[in-house]
Amino acid sequence: MNGLIGAVLFLILAPIAGGLIAGIDRKITARMQGRVGPPLLQPFYDVGKLFEKENVVVTTAQNFYVLAYLVFIALSGAIFFAGGDLLLIIFAFTLAHVFLVLGAYAVHSPYSHIGAERELIQVMAYEPMIILAAVGLYMVTNSFYVADIAAATVPAILYLPGVFLGFAVILTIKLRKSPFDISTSHHAHQEIVKGITTEFSGSTLGQVEIAHWYENIFLLGFVYLFFSWNPVIGVAAVAVTYVAEIFVDNVTARVRWQAALKSGWLAAAVLGLVNLAILSYMTIGGA
Amino acid sequence: MAFLKRSPWILHYDASSCNGCDIEVLACLTPLYDVERFGIINTGNPKHADILLITGGINSQNRPVVRNLYEQMPEPKVVVAIGACAATGGIFRECYNIAGGVDKVIPVDVYVPGCAARPEQIIDGVVKALSILEEKREKMTGEAHTKEEARHAAEAGEGT
Repeated sequence: MNGLIGAVLFLILAPIAGGLIAGIDRKITARMQGRVGPPLLQPFYDVGKLFEKENVVVTTAQNFYVLAYLVFIALSGAIFFAGGDLLLIIFAFTLAHVFLVLGAYAVHSPYSHIGAERELIQVMAYEPMIILAAVGLYMVTNSFYVADIAAATVPAILYLPGVFLGFAVILTIKLRKSPFDISTSHHAHQEIVKGITTEFSGSTLGQVEIAHWYENIFLLGFVYLFFSWNPVIGVAAVAVTYVAEIFVDNVTARVRWQAALKSGWLAAAVLGLVNLAILSYMTIGGA
Repeated sequence: MAFLKRSPWILHYDASSCNGCDIEVLACLTPLYDVERFGIINTGNPKHADILLITGGINSQNRPVVRNLYEQMPEPKVVVAIGACAATGGIFRECYNIAGGVDKVIPVDVYVPGCAARPEQIIDGVVKALSILEEKREKMTGEAHTKEEARHAAEAGEGT
């Protein structure tokens, strides 16, 4: 029953919280660049406007794929906040991105195709680390269920510092922030036109935006899992992580896709695997 | 609801301008003028844009490009011609390859004078364009209503 309430609350509140976080993000980014920045509610104005605009469609299938992207992102987040199985969540999350890539491939536009290819590279880059994060949380709490992990009294971060840092690296990819915002970016509006979202306009682009809000809340929830033994520290850690991501976004230049792929896998291989190896050695030695 | 006025996204195209006006357009985005305060974003994609800022008098090579960009922008949209050349062809108007003003190729809603136009003037032109954008949106939703009603009336007529 609690799970159902969590899922419904996520579906209703996540777009509101996600939009506000996006607004705060743009405000902080502007301040870091010495600007005043847009109003706090600017992301809502943007999406509201997109739903007012004409929807230019080249291939009707593209809108269907984007809708599927939105639905599966919302679904993976809903299972997460319902306390469901972390592996199922990761699979639904990956499937959602496959739909976004298919949507971009549905149109015969070179820019859209480059964006889609780069999105696939991003998926390849973050996937190993996100699975290692799930495995790490399992090794500490003995459960893949989010409800059990969140209720665990063990401070997961003390056992998984490497996994957390690796997760922070791929979080940069997932939040579409520099230096890994290669498929589409919040800032670079003129490189490969707009990457994966080039051919989406009007309400379809609005749906991509809303899906991104859902996604961000889900990812911040994932960060919270590492600190869930103490809610106060957990919320503080989520805030610090996000501000650090904004900082990294503003002080780094975009890398090439090869470097993005290497960084993702290096984070998984060094920070993730080494951490897990030490952890398994410790637990075997302890037992 | 008028979200459109609060979130105008701009497409900037240089149609054979001397680059003077273009530098002033980009100056609007710097921390000094910071047009993102008004939700204005400089996008490179006509399919995401609401306002087309265009400089220069258009030559025979970029004439089809300008028309193409204009047609790719989703409705409602406005065009702001920036600088003397975009308005009339300016000092280049006698050239053999110059169309002599943006309005020779696509409909223009706002003209911003100057050689080069100052950032303050450009921002003022964009603000003027916003009210025209809002008018167009109202007209567009009005037309959609009329079409819908006509369709319902036709369906009702077929039914009886």
